[in-house]
Amino acid sequence: MPEKKYKKRYGDGTMKPKTEFSEITIENYKDYVFEKSPRSAHWKNMFWAFLVGGLICAFGQLLIELYIIWGVKAELASSLASATLIALAAIFTGIGVYDKLGRFAGAGSTVPITGFSNAMVAPAIEFRSEGLIYGLGAKMFLIAGPVVVNGVLVSVVVALIRSLFLGVG
Amino acid sequence: MQFYDKKQTLHFKNVSFVSGFTLAGPKEKQGKLGSTFDLTLEDDKFGEKTFEKAERKMFEYAVSGAIAKANLQPNDIDTIIGGDLLNQIVSVSFAAKKFKSSFLGLYNACGTYVESLIIGSFLTEFFSKNVLCVSGSHFSTAERQYRYPLELGVLRSPVTQWTATGVGASILQRHSDGCPKIVSATVGRVMDYGIMDVNNMGAAMAPAAKDTFTQYFTDTGKKPSDFDMIATGDLGKLGKEILIDLMEREGYDFNNNYIDCGAELFYEKQKTYMGGSGAACSALVTNGWLYNNLKKGNIKNLLLVGTGALMSPTTSFQGESIPAIAHLVEIEMGQKES
Repeated sequence: MPEKKYKKRYGDGTMKPKTEFSEITIENYKDYVFEKSPRSAHWKNMFWAFLVGGLICAFGQLLIELYIIWGVKAELASSLASATLIALAAIFTGIGVYDKLGRFAGAGSTVPITGFSNAMVAPAIEFRSEGLIYGLGAKMFLIAGPVVVNGVLVSVVVALIRSLFLGVG
Repeated sequence: MQFYDKKQTLHFKNVSFVSGFTLAGPKEKQGKLGSTFDLTLEDDKFGEKTFEKAERKMFEYAVSGAIAKANLQPNDIDTIIGGDLLNQIVSVSFAAKKFKSSFLGLYNACGTYVESLIIGSFLTEFFSKNVLCVSGSHFSTAERQYRYPLELGVLRSPVTQWTATGVGASILQRHSDGCPKIVSATVGRVMDYGIMDVNNMGAAMAPAAKDTFTQYFTDTGKKPSDFDMIATGDLGKLGKEILIDLMEREGYDFNNNYIDCGAELFYEKQKTYMGGSGAACSALVTNGWLYNNLKKGNIKNLLLVGTGALMSPTTSFQGESIPAIAHLVEIEMGQKES
C-alpha cells in the first residue's frame, strides 16, 4: 500500500469513521471497527493478480508451443508444460522469491498450478525441521490438502449429477 | 500497610527496576528504534539450525545480558519469570535450563511482559532480592504456529501486524536508589468484544486496554495528563486509534502523550502494515528506549500496558471470537525515600 495514503489515514489521530459513534458499546463495536479499518486496495490487488496470473498462464502457453516445436505430441506438451511450471515454482519457492511475488500478486500467483506447487513446497521446507515423517511427510499437504480433498469431492458430485441426467458412460 | 482492598490496582513500595536488556532481530534493527537495542542479530537464525533453537538462544543471551548489565552474577537471581508465544512456552522454559534460578513460566500472549513485571513486583516486594522478568517472540516461529509457512505466497490483510523478533529482559530488585521504580500495577480482566478476524488483533485488544486504563484511573483518581508518557504494548496503528476513540468516550484525553510500542517499532516502508506485535514488542521498547529515557529523566512517570489476544489457531478455526487481556504497571523514576 502506498505510503502517502497510509499517513493520511493513520498516525495523527484524525481519522474518523463515516458514521458518528457517540457511544461505543459491545453491540456496535464490530460496526465501528469495520468502518474504522482500512480497506484492502481491491483495484490495485486485482490489477496485479490479473497481470501476474496472466503472465504465468501466457508463459505456460509459450512452453506448450515450444514443446510442440521441439517435436512433442500436443497432449504430452501440455502435461510437460504443467510439470515445468510446477518445478519452476518449487525452485522459486525454495530460493524465497515466490512468497514475495504472492505478497502483491495474491490470487494471481495462487490460482495457477504454480500456486499449488508453492502450497506444497512451502510447508515442506518449513516443517523439514521436525523430520522426514512427522514433519515433511505429515505437514506437506497442510495447505494443499483441503484443495485436493474438495476437488475430489466436487468432481464426484458433478459426476453423479451428470450420470443422473445423461446416464452412465 | 493494608494488604486487602477490593480494587484491581495494587501498590508497591520496594520494587526497583535496575536493568533492562534488549536483543532484537534484523528487521527491528532497521526499524525506528534500531539504535536503542543492546544486541541485534544479523541473521534471524542466530547460527542455529531451526528458528525455535534461535529463539531459545535469544532468551539465553538476553537473560545473561540483563544479569551482566546489572553487575550481578547468575546465582544472584532468585527467580526467572517469563513467557513467549510458542505452544507450551518452550523457548523460555528451555532457556531456563541454563540457569540455576527458580523459574515461573507465564502466558498472556503479547501481554506476557507486563504480566511478568507484575508477578516479579509481588515477589520483589515481599520475598526476593533479585527477580528477572523476560519475554520475547520470533517472527518465524510465531508465523508458522499461528498463520502460514514462511515461503507461502499470500496477500497480507492491510490490518495485520508483524510479530517482532526479539527478547527483552528486566531485573527487579528490592530497594535500589537511582533507578526507576514500579509503584503500582493493575491486573486486567479478560474482555471479548466479539472480534473474529485474527488479523485484526488491535481491534480485539483495544477494549481490554480501555477497561484496564479506566480501572486504573478510577482506582487512583489520576488523569492521563499526570503522566509524561502512556504506552501500550502492541495495539498497532489501528488499535491505537481505536483506543484513543474509546478513551475519549470514557472522558480521558489520550491524544497528547500516548504511544503504542508496536506502532513505534517499524518504518512504514518496512511493510508491516499496522506495526509490530508479539511478546517481544513491549519488552523491546520498554527495556530499550523507554528505560533509557526513564533513567535519563526525560520521562518521569510512565504507564505501561501490555495487551494480549488470548486465542489459539484451534479456537479461531472453531469459530470463536478473540478474548483479550491488558495489564498495567506504573513506572516512576525513583526518588530517594525521605
